[in-house]
Amino acid sequence: MSGAAAPLLGLVLAGGRSTRMRADKAALQYGGRSQLERAMALLAPHVAHAYVSVRADQGADPLRARFAQIPDSHENLGPIAGILAAQAHHPEAAWLVLACDLPLLDEMTLAHLVRSRAPERVATAYRSSHDGLPEPLCAIWEPRSAAPLAAYLARGRQCPRRFLLGADTRLIEEPNPGALDNINTPEEYKHAMSALLPEATAGPKQVTVQYYALLREQAGRRDETLVTHARTAAELYAELARRYPFSLAPEVLRVAINTEFREWTAPLRDGDAVVFIPPVAGG
Amino acid sequence: MFQFTRIPILPEQLRHSLADPACGGYAAFEGWVRDSNEGQRVRGLEYEAFEALGVREGERIIAEAIARFGVAHAACLHRIGPLAVGELAVWVGVSAVHRDEAFRACRYIIDEVKHRLPIWKKEHYVSGDSGWVNCERCAAVPAHEVAGETVPGPHVHEHA
Repeated sequence: MSGAAAPLLGLVLAGGRSTRMRADKAALQYGGRSQLERAMALLAPHVAHAYVSVRADQGADPLRARFAQIPDSHENLGPIAGILAAQAHHPEAAWLVLACDLPLLDEMTLAHLVRSRAPERVATAYRSSHDGLPEPLCAIWEPRSAAPLAAYLARGRQCPRRFLLGADTRLIEEPNPGALDNINTPEEYKHAMSALLPEATAGPKQVTVQYYALLREQAGRRDETLVTHARTAAELYAELARRYPFSLAPEVLRVAINTEFREWTAPLRDGDAVVFIPPVAGG
Repeated sequence: MFQFTRIPILPEQLRHSLADPACGGYAAFEGWVRDSNEGQRVRGLEYEAFEALGVREGERIIAEAIARFGVAHAACLHRIGPLAVGELAVWVGVSAVHRDEAFRACRYIIDEVKHRLPIWKKEHYVSGDSGWVNCERCAAVPAHEVAGETVPGPHVHEHA
């Protein structure tokens, strides 16, 4: 980082409505700590000061009231509202922006982002291991991004990912793929919890997978045997969904291991036979 | 008894297998292939099943019905493979001392079979289209839940 770099401040976006989770994502507990506390603690060593981005009506919420806040000045704009409000609050600063739904985010990933910062660019962001697009919500937004971002919004656009894609963004690779997997549903929350369980091991294991119905057509095969590092059935589905054009979200599927229905969080073992079960239609 | 079958179901034969001099009532349900679904004209369909788990779960449903309603005998057969309009897709039969428990057990079995068994139905429409029922619509993440514009791929952020 050059000496001319703008001071770095931290922003955790906690103003979402968590509609698919049906519970406040900022308050979800991981290892005895809320996700918001976890994100703030991860940010602290890297920034001069960290803030929580909130909706105007969330200021008194006890979880959020413990931290310095920046309320949104626009409603219903999604994450871009929080980023713009922070930039208006401290126009001279660069912002390390974090989503509040990244329970697997680790110290290494955050430190690598800060080390890779390019202050002369509009932003520094990870390239998603899922789709190759910029990850706007674990990224450093430089002061020079404020004017084009406001202009982008004035043109009626709201997607920070698309903005970064069209801007002079430095894109870097994730040192720990999976660390930026976000959670939006109760199923994904359980998956994230299970990924933090010690009994679900990340060692290589050989499993067989059988495909039925729509998944069989989309995988282009009836079955396969593969070696995976997936710890749970949920991780295995996520891995396969990167390889095949699966259109079914995990929350509409069930999973069977060794011919019995199991939880998505069930740990995978060597030799397991796994079947993902699309919505059924017997009778 | 729960079974899958690839050949036409013959209810008359199955009915005899439930006969019992102690029983005064028999109820059966037949599910037929209909010629339309959700506004589309259907010309035929195919059923696919994860048979090993389906038989286990089907046997559990039969045992639950017998225990819950106190019926004497219960059985269910489900077709798999291609079926034409009008064909018998699923059959449930129950015999019991009295009619009331026979009706209730029969209803329980067909309802549970529809909800729990790993069976999938692909409909072929007169239009030439086809689709897996309950899978092709509303299954992907709804675009209106994504903040801002729709971004390709499964990795979408709400305003966290």
